Amino acid sequence: MIETFFNIDIIVAAWPIVMAGLLNTVLLSLIVVPLGLLGGLMLALLAGIRHPLVRWPLMAWVDFFRAFPPLVLLILLFAGLPFAGLELGGFACVAIAFFLNTGAYYGEIFRAGIDSIPAGQVEAARSTGLSRLQAMGYIVLPQAVRNVLPDLLSNTLEVVKLTSLGSVVAVPELLYQARQAQSLTYNPTPIVVAALIYFLLLWPLVRLLSRLENRALAGRH
Amino acid sequence: MSNWDRFTDTFFNGKVMLKYLPEILWGVVTTIELAVLIVLTGLAAGLALALVRSLAIRPLNWLIIFIVDLFRSLPPLVVIVLMYFGLPYAGVSPSGFVSTWLSLAFVLMAFSEEIFWAGITSVHKGQWEAARSTGLSFGETLLNVVLPQALRLTIPPLTNRTIAITKGTALGTVVAVSEILGAASSAMSNSYNPSPLMMGAAAYLVLFLPVVVLARRLEKRFAWKR
Repeated sequence: MIETFFNIDIIVAAWPIVMAGLLNTVLLSLIVVPLGLLGGLMLALLAGIRHPLVRWPLMAWVDFFRAFPPLVLLILLFAGLPFAGLELGGFACVAIAFFLNTGAYYGEIFRAGIDSIPAGQVEAARSTGLSRLQAMGYIVLPQAVRNVLPDLLSNTLEVVKLTSLGSVVAVPELLYQARQAQSLTYNPTPIVVAALIYFLLLWPLVRLLSRLENRALAGRH
Repeated sequence: MSNWDRFTDTFFNGKVMLKYLPEILWGVVTTIELAVLIVLTGLAAGLALALVRSLAIRPLNWLIIFIVDLFRSLPPLVVIVLMYFGLPYAGVSPSGFVSTWLSLAFVLMAFSEEIFWAGITSVHKGQWEAARSTGLSFGETLLNVVLPQALRLTIPPLTNRTIAITKGTALGTVVAVSEILGAASSAMSNSYNPSPLMMGAAAYLVLFLPVVVLARRLEKRFAWKR
């Protein structure tokens, strides 16, 4: 069993391939997480405009991406757009799909955070002479982010895990590289190693989240 | 042919759509089957684990926490690939359908255990003691006092997670399950036309948009009072 699923020789042989994948997964995460945060922040700030002409399309936008599987979005961009004469690489498709999909999720979280700050604070800030933007940037956002930090972290965990979808459009990230190594060696060890790497990489974050969530719930009494 | 005509002819080609409609509809059926199976088994297993955890048997709880952490940190696609491409080396060859179902059910089990457990622990200890002192047994207290309050708290986070994980049925495509995306993709490569993909995308919206809207309402109704 160990010979099959955790073969040392195979690990040694596949190591460079898998490590290259890990590096790409880290790079990909470093690109798509800020992109998603940026998209989310934009959505949340737009949601501050209470006009129905802004509110309804925004809600539709968010619900659309909550209902649409990210993989379908990715395939649509990767395999559908070329028919319209627009051929983006796998990497660009992943970036765009994540910006749209995870942006919607981050947006909901930021919005909840901003809503959690009493309106009186904005009024007080404005009355001291701060502009609307300054009040948002210096008074509301810092507290809002603090209030929803566990949700932001939890979504970030999901985004990092989601980068594994890149393997479907041939982005050489961890899962893709592991599958390449598996088909080269006819042995499942590389996939097991990749799974182990994901686990070791993300376990601390999961533990932290679990703690934060329990504390948030305990604080409800 | 004007640009617009060329566009609709490419992306919304009536002939292609009509031809592949049955396949997409079968895909919809498969997606629904998968989703229902995942939700039922995943949530049941999650609740069961949370209940076992409330018995407070140390080694058992460590095991539960480890399993939950494991499936929270592994990307679902990695679990599916491991099951579909890895298990055959051990002599077990689950189909793509079974791999997708079990993998996503495990993931939902992990997330829902966490949420159910948080719900159970959020019920104040005094309530346990009060219920026990009136003569209710451990099981009766759990069932009649704690769970009704705990489950109410779990509804908003649970609906969110459940939707996100059921959307993951699209991952089945990677292991050759003909759910919506799988059916649409193969129809697209057969017809060399993206219209089936547009149909598939529309099918996802028809299927999931009502669920998302419903979840938004449920969330509002059962929202945690801060």
